[in-house]
Amino acid sequence: MSKVVPREYYQFMQEMQAIDFVLVELTLYLDTHPDDAQALAQFQQFQRRKQALMQQFEPLFGPLHEYGNSPAGNRWAWAEGPWPWQV
Amino acid sequence: MWIYEKKLQYPVRVSKCDPKMAKYLIEQYGGADGELAAALRYLNQRYTIPDKVIGLLTDIGTEEFAHLEMIATMVYKLTKDATPEQLREAGLGDHYADHSFALFYHNAAGNPFTVTYIQAKGDPIADLYEDIAAEEKARATYQWLIDMTDDPDLQDSLKFLREREVVHALRFREAVEMLKEHQDSRHPY
Amino acid sequence: MDAQWRTYTPWRSPFDPCPPREQRAYIVPPNQFIQTQPRGLRQFAPREALRRGTLWPDLYSPYDTAGRGAQP
Repeated sequence: MSKVVPREYYQFMQEMQAIDFVLVELTLYLDTHPDDAQALAQFQQFQRRKQALMQQFEPLFGPLHEYGNSPAGNRWAWAEGPWPWQV
Repeated sequence: MWIYEKKLQYPVRVSKCDPKMAKYLIEQYGGADGELAAALRYLNQRYTIPDKVIGLLTDIGTEEFAHLEMIATMVYKLTKDATPEQLREAGLGDHYADHSFALFYHNAAGNPFTVTYIQAKGDPIADLYEDIAAEEKARATYQWLIDMTDDPDLQDSLKFLREREVVHALRFREAVEMLKEHQDSRHPY
Repeated sequence: MDAQWRTYTPWRSPFDPCPPREQRAYIVPPNQFIQTQPRGLRQFAPREALRRGTLWPDLYSPYDTAGRGAQP
């Protein structure tokens, strides 16, 4: 019986990768434009969206962050797959 | 302190079963202008660079590890289901003899990774120009890798990585501008 | 051929062993024309930004080997 990644996983990934990418771009931009208040406001808006998505994803597929930066849940799902290079 | 996020920065999809590409892709894994070199370069320079650009070096250095993971994923997908014979035909016989299916930090020609690929002069302007050059060299390397494959999905991920280099180079150029300012002046925009 | 590409034609010899490739091309990415990114540049929508590799169309550099006409 093979372990195959469920389709739902990819739908979440698509959304999270897009939101996180905006956060990465804004992070680098704010590093060189620390006084851009509009960019900071946009960053905070996307930060909220990221949190909301993670709260939906993690109960289904386990924690995204290690060392206590994601809720642990009722079992130790951190060490379970799939891992990013396997999907 | 580093926290790992269990998610690729950008999806990696490889449609063509072409282990030969793995031999070339490894250039951006353990090569001179690759993602490991970039990550180590920036994360090391940041200890002795002026405060106002430490954030940028930390953040770009961290992003480079995410790119390293993407390259590893491409190589993993292209090699994990191959037979030793297929790997040998793909020019990866030398690699297999030493590492089997494990990845390793060497370039396309098989040269092992070395810290002589990177530099930290302790002079902020020199360090940032090293960084700008590194980004442009990485961009060029991605162009050559894109040229070498006709797999549109693999090209898609490589084009993403290439564009990241364009943006990083700009950020390092902006960092130079920040350092050119005298102590108490504000940004001119 | 899109605006980022430049072409040049190197000298060649009548004694060259291989069939000539007359024109060479190289790319000048948009970061060469910006010293510091101005505020308020227009943005891609998030999914498009991810696909392109940047949030800002002005920083986007396509690499389309098909349409450029010449090789490096």
